[in-house]
Amino acid sequence: MSETAVDPDRRRFLTGTATVIGGIGAGLASIPFVATFQPSARAKAFGAPVEANISNIEPGQQVTFKWRGKPVWIIRRTEEQIAMLDSMDGVLSDPESSASDQPDFALNAWRSSNREFLVLVGICTHLGCSPKFRPIPGAEDLGSDWKGGFYCPCHGSKFDLAGRVYAGVPAPTNMQVPPYRYLDEQNILIGELDGGAA
Amino acid sequence: MNTVVKGLTGLRDWVDDRFPLLQLWNDHMGKYYAPKNFNFWYYFGVLSMVVLAMQILTGIWLTMSYKPDAAFAFGSVEYIMRDVEWGWLIRYMHSTGASFFFIVVYLHMFRAMLYGSYKKPRELIWVLGMFIYLSLMAEAFFGYLLPWGQMSYWGAQVIISLFGAIPFVGETLSLWIRGDYVVSDITLNRFFAFHVIALPFAIAGLVGLHIIALHEVGSNNPDGVEIKNHKDADGKPLDGIPFHPYYTLKDSVGVLVFLIVFSVVVFFAPEFGGYFLEHNNFIPANPLATPEHIAPVWYFTPFYSILRANTVNFFWIPAKLWGVIFMGLGTMILFLLPWLDRSPVKSIRYRGNIYKIALGLFVVAFLILGYLGILPPTPARTIVAQICTVVYFLFFILMPFYTKWDKTKPVPERVTGK
Repeated sequence: MSETAVDPDRRRFLTGTATVIGGIGAGLASIPFVATFQPSARAKAFGAPVEANISNIEPGQQVTFKWRGKPVWIIRRTEEQIAMLDSMDGVLSDPESSASDQPDFALNAWRSSNREFLVLVGICTHLGCSPKFRPIPGAEDLGSDWKGGFYCPCHGSKFDLAGRVYAGVPAPTNMQVPPYRYLDEQNILIGELDGGAA
Repeated sequence: MNTVVKGLTGLRDWVDDRFPLLQLWNDHMGKYYAPKNFNFWYYFGVLSMVVLAMQILTGIWLTMSYKPDAAFAFGSVEYIMRDVEWGWLIRYMHSTGASFFFIVVYLHMFRAMLYGSYKKPRELIWVLGMFIYLSLMAEAFFGYLLPWGQMSYWGAQVIISLFGAIPFVGETLSLWIRGDYVVSDITLNRFFAFHVIALPFAIAGLVGLHIIALHEVGSNNPDGVEIKNHKDADGKPLDGIPFHPYYTLKDSVGVLVFLIVFSVVVFFAPEFGGYFLEHNNFIPANPLATPEHIAPVWYFTPFYSILRANTVNFFWIPAKLWGVIFMGLGTMILFLLPWLDRSPVKSIRYRGNIYKIALGLFVVAFLILGYLGILPPTPARTIVAQICTVVYFLFFILMPFYTKWDKTKPVPERVTGK
């Protein structure tokens, strides 16, 4: 109230309250700005299960479906290819799939409920490229000991025909097996397990 | 004639009474004294500003016809190239400008390493410059998604996945960056916002700070001596000349020569054999299939090689995370340069052989890493990349030691004029 003297207490009080209240306000105001970056309701709703017909897939053939914007492969393996999966353990990094992402029914060497049909999310666990299906054993660029599988062109990761990662490549885990269930003999529903949970 | 001059002078004085026009001019141009011995390497600062101005100008024009929508983006770029009057030229200027921006910025940074321009009292100029460099990398990365070609898509997919390697929060973070479970229309739209608003603002502001800091302490020079140590009776540095008209004129000639080279590329080799515009980016983005071979644009390849060179799990940390860590460190370590260098001299002219060899090895390693980053990985190339990665980091880690041990030559008191 004085015309000349400075009141330091008053100034300190005003500085303190302005900083605290202003700081809280700025913190709260930042929430909507940060939150808009999260997937929108529309983006979340886009993840509905996808039905895949497998009756026309030939042995040794790969077919790609789109689920949640990602490629999902269904590969019908031949008898030789299935037989070979048991002998791969030595070159694999996680043969038991213990550190990898799959439904419980795929916790086996062939990583599927039906040995013949492999269902995989076609995204490399390294940095998200989509690996190439390279079923021919001994391919020139992959070495004479190549037994067939998937090869990622981005950073050279290799996977066997059950999507299990080789040791000594950049990818840390096996490729993801999505949740899926058989609707009947010829149709698979990708994105849903038996009992409906995804 | 006389009345026109009088009128203009009057206008200038009218403004100057209300705005520090003359003072700004004198501080940064008319009475800013720069060392008289600048050489070829000193063109790249002004060239960076020329390219920045060109990118902003062509960028504004491109946004007039571009559509940041996954359904229309690829088509709108082709529309610019084929149907918009002179659209091809604006687009090629912008895409070629991106590569030239990095060429001049890399040479500008190398100049600082040659002549110790980051050393005291210019540490802050270097740090601000590094922030510009990081912003420029972000700007280029966001911009590369916009044409929505195969390389745009899978390049963004790989780089965003890098954040997924961070323990615990990584997956949430990359989801937050994308705004979707995969790179999608949502991602494209927000990258557009970053590319045309957020980062250009940040870069322009940082360039302003960079120049204010430079003009506060004064420019370094090829001899690495402080011209402010020897002033005449009026307080002007004896080895300094006013920036205007001496360097404005010299730089104008340099800018013209640069624009000639730039035009040759724009008109005759805008894709530059797939290095400036990658061939696979002329295929629309396909989320279901990665191209046979993907590589980032050339200016990112040294760091990409460092990422790929990490193939061993070590100390319970997976190779994937090591790659991300080393790639991050590879850029961040440059910030520390002013404090790692313990040499008593600035310029390479007066440094000993150890530093010359170290800098030479560093440049060779950086170039080899850049070259390998363009090629698909093979076991032999991975080993070469690993060796070069080690050389790259040793250059910095050992710098406090070898710069101290190095035998330096006596530095002259005044610039040599060579």
